[in-house]
Order: sequence, then C-alpha cells, then structure tokens
Amino acid sequence: MSWTALLALAAGAYVLKAVGPVVVGNRQLPADVTQALELLSVPLVAALVAVQTLDGGGKLVLDARVPALGVAAVLVWRKAPFPVVLLAAAATAALLRL
Amino acid sequence: MSAPERQAITRRALAIGAATGIYGISFGVLSVAAGLSPAQTCAMSLLVFTGASQFATVGVIAAGGSAAAALAPALLLAARNGVYGLSLVPVLRGRPASRALQAQLVIDESTAMARAQDDPAAAHHAFLATGLSVFLFWNLGTLAGAIAGSGLGDPRRLGLDAMFPAAFLALLAPQLRRPGAPVAAVSGALLATALVPFTQVGVPILFSAFGVIPGLIVLRRAQVAA
Repeated sequence: MSWTALLALAAGAYVLKAVGPVVVGNRQLPADVTQALELLSVPLVAALVAVQTLDGGGKLVLDARVPALGVAAVLVWRKAPFPVVLLAAAATAALLRL
Repeated sequence: MSAPERQAITRRALAIGAATGIYGISFGVLSVAAGLSPAQTCAMSLLVFTGASQFATVGVIAAGGSAAAALAPALLLAARNGVYGLSLVPVLRGRPASRALQAQLVIDESTAMARAQDDPAAAHHAFLATGLSVFLFWNLGTLAGAIAGSGLGDPRRLGLDAMFPAAFLALLAPQLRRPGAPVAAVSGALLATALVPFTQVGVPILFSAFGVIPGLIVLRRAQVAA
C-alpha cells in the first residue's frame, strides 16, 4: 500500500467524522438518510466475510478457509472472545493445510 | 454529574479501551501479514482510526487488490462515523479547533458511551474518556501486533488468511439483531460472491452496499407493523 493511498484514506475517514461536529453544526439529517447510513455497514461487512472466505484470486474456491469460518461462526455464536475466534480460525486452516 | 458517576464512566471507558487493544493487536498482525510495513500499519491506526475500515483495507490488499480498490469500501464503512458525528453535535462542545480535534475520536465506542448518558456534561465526559482510551489502547495494540506479526512466517501456512473472514464475522454478529440487518447481510454477501469471478478485487465489496436496499425495505415494514 502506498503512503499516498494511506493518507487519502485517513483524510476521507476524517472528513466523514468531522462533517457533523465541524461542518453541519446543529442541522439534522432526515431520518431516512440516518437509517440507511446506519444499516450500510451490515451488507459491506457481510460481503467481506463471504469474499475473504471464497475468493481464490478472481474465482470462487472452497478451501481450508470454509471450515475455518465454520469454527469461527460457532465460537462467535458461543460469545468467545475476539482473539480466540481469530486464533481458532487460523489454527483450523493451518491444520487442514499440513 | 457527581464525582462517583464521573469515575464510573472513566472506569468503563478504560475497560472498553483495553478490550479494543486486543482488536488492535489483531489488526497489527493482519496488516503486516497483508504486506503493509509496521510504520504504515501504525500510521493507519493513528490517522484513520476506525477499525472496520482498517480491517477492510488490509483485507482487500491481502487478497491481492490495489490500494485504490481498497479505498472505496473502506470509506463506505467509515460513512457511519458521519452519522455518529451528526448525532454528537449537541455533545461535542468547544471552539471549532477543539471540535475538529475531538472529531477524530468519533467512532462506534465513543458514540455509544456518549449516547448512554443522561446529561450533556456526562455525555461529553463519556465521549472524551472513551475516545481517548480507545485511541491509546488501539494504537498500542497495533504497535505490538505489527512488531509480533513481522516475526511470523508464511501467512497462508499459518492460516492467517482465514483470520480475516473470522474477524469480519465477529464484527458483524452484534449488528445482526437490528430489523432488516439479516436481510441486508445475506443480500450483500450473495451480491459480492456473485461478482467475484467477473470483477477486480474490492469491487464486489463496493457493490454489496446495494444489499442495504432489501434491508431498508424489511426495516420499513417492521416499523409500519410496530
């Protein structure tokens, strides 16, 4: 990743955070817009789960990441701590690849 | 706000920050595994400072995408901070320069803590304490993770690539209780998966944003029914 891209991301992320406190002041957004923006992260994060599991360089593949995600899903459902979920997923994939 | 109330808020803020530090360590490890240098990894946590966008960026780059391909989905994920910022307008007091600095602390945790308070002084203290605590621990965690991650071997052999979807799943799960969220999640995941064979890395994530539409339809119906 280039430093230019990194700084562009930082600038964009900051502008989004600052729109309310610095630019907008006390005006309010329509409720529809607020709801849409609040729900927006859900399909994006779900897509990240799917793509990071199935993308094998521009084609869909089923590999060790799938059972690893299954293990992670059970642990998330059982409310395991975040690092435990990650380590279990990595361990599952690593063991299947031995 | 009484002194004990103030202390109780500070204690909760520190606990939340410490928990975020663990995520920070994970981010540091994954970012270095994706090929970012430790300096870039730390700079991202200092300057971007919004977890989901940072994980998304290094996730796309780890999958072979360009930084440009990572940028759009990362910024879409950061859009919710804009909503948070708007909802915090009454809480974020001070002169424009001070508010501009405080804006960097507008994230999930600080917003949730501020909104949970009754009076404006408590809300402002909760926002600042939580924001600063998360900022401190997130960056310390990132540094530790980046250093530890540099010593690891082949990311794939260690299964680190499987940590990305697991991390996103853990971030997604608490959001699924809202009406419309499960439909939005399934729609986004299916849309992105369908696009993988036909588009560049990062593009499927971007288009998954359209999954918000069926989610909003379900949400609207739930509100009408209520």
